Amino acid sequence: MASERFVEIADVSLHFGGAQGTLAVEHLNMSVAAGELTAVVGPSGCGKSSLMKLVAGLVPPTRGTIEVGGVPVKGPLKVVGMAFQNPTLLPWRTTLENLMLPLQIVRPYRSRFRADRPQHEANARRLLERVGLHGFEERFPWQLSGGMQQRASLCRALIHKPSLLMLDEPFAALDAFTREDLWDVLQAMWMAEKFTTILVTHDLREAVYLADTVHIMSARPGRIVSSYHIDLPRPRNPETAFLAEFTDLVHTLREQTRKERAAAP
Amino acid sequence: MTSNKWLGRAMPYLTVLAMLLVWELTCVLFAIPSFVLPRPTVVAVSLYQNFNTIWFHAERTLLTTLLGFGLAVGVGLILGIVVGSSQLVYQGLYPVLVGFNSIPKVALVPLMVVWFGIGSVPAVLTAFMLSFFPIAVNIATGIATLEPELQDVLRSLGASRLDIISKVGLPRSLPYFFASLKIAITLAFVGSVISETLASDRGIGTLVEQASANFKIPLVFAGLVVVATLGIAMYAIFAYLEKRMTHWATRTVEFGIGG
Repeated sequence: MASERFVEIADVSLHFGGAQGTLAVEHLNMSVAAGELTAVVGPSGCGKSSLMKLVAGLVPPTRGTIEVGGVPVKGPLKVVGMAFQNPTLLPWRTTLENLMLPLQIVRPYRSRFRADRPQHEANARRLLERVGLHGFEERFPWQLSGGMQQRASLCRALIHKPSLLMLDEPFAALDAFTREDLWDVLQAMWMAEKFTTILVTHDLREAVYLADTVHIMSARPGRIVSSYHIDLPRPRNPETAFLAEFTDLVHTLREQTRKERAAAP
Repeated sequence: MTSNKWLGRAMPYLTVLAMLLVWELTCVLFAIPSFVLPRPTVVAVSLYQNFNTIWFHAERTLLTTLLGFGLAVGVGLILGIVVGSSQLVYQGLYPVLVGFNSIPKVALVPLMVVWFGIGSVPAVLTAFMLSFFPIAVNIATGIATLEPELQDVLRSLGASRLDIISKVGLPRSLPYFFASLKIAITLAFVGSVISETLASDRGIGTLVEQASANFKIPLVFAGLVVVATLGIAMYAIFAYLEKRMTHWATRTVEFGIGG
């Protein structure tokens, strides 16, 4: 894989509430190669979500610089796909219409949305089919289970073919079976399209299962304390999770994060 | 189940009937003279005999109420959007709105007569002033309580503030909006009738005022019954619209999928 850097975070700090306020992240350095699936793990409240907002340009860093695609981030990036623990689908739109939302907002799709609607609709249906939601296109989100809503949310994050996908604990609220199903769904889509992905999670098995690189964040104020390259072959499957290599990696990560938690004030 | 459903449908009528019955019997039992409290049957007779007069006035009341209400929807919507989408405007304007809403509008009617003369204009404005507040507050609440994560999703797609309001803020406020319409329409009736009572030549308020001055108490009640009926009719219209447009907000789990 070409290790062309797509996201470059250099010595970034973020204060909330002015200079005297909380320090969310401090001296954070991290880079993500183009097409790479990167996981960021760390104790809760370590500023993982702040990291997401910083990269997306939703909050400006107090110090340091962030570059995405070689361009410094100055304001909200216009074409990022995002999904959160809460699926945040719009209850008045059907699943299909929910998927179309980004196309009604993102340039250049929005100006031609009406004309291209049939084509978009076909794309959305294909995407839903790939995540196993065929037959639920016309249902409303509140008629779907939590796992289905999260699948739809993932589709919404990908419908406009973003160059950067950001996931903030997307599977944290799901039961273990559904969660592992969705790991495979995400992995399959990522392997097909190779969109650069940053996955924020506190689930170490999830991080090892999905990521090429796992970064461990320290307790607040967050910075990257160590990074691991995960060399397990793809596609990884439920059997992979029982390999000695896999469990060793999870163990190592657990030791690291335990140390970080112990160091937390 | 079905008998329960039918009973539910019939309940409003049964309740009204029961109340009328108690009223009628009380009047008969205690021999209350009809210039103090007329029996419902006497009110009904008065309503029937004076229907043309009452309708002549009711027409005007309906018109002024709807005009004032329409104005309130327009102003309330705009005000609600502005107040709900900006923290600064919210902080600045909210106390002013609450203060204004605390002023008894009866006190403003004479002022409006000075400005606009006796007639329908004060009635329209009183209906408006009384009914815009719940609309504005509800729209503002609907927009201000937008999930921050959803805003992040939209902003990271390059959505402008206007996009966020039109695509998410307003649709999301619709249930609040309709709830407020049902309150506002009844308040609008209160406003126009108050104003007509004080300063108008036509309208249910005027009719009631003149009738009570002439001790035609049954006619007073007949006029009030008409206002109440109009209020219920308007309420029903908005309740129907609400059901049509915001069915997603009153979810049924009937066809939910578990698991």
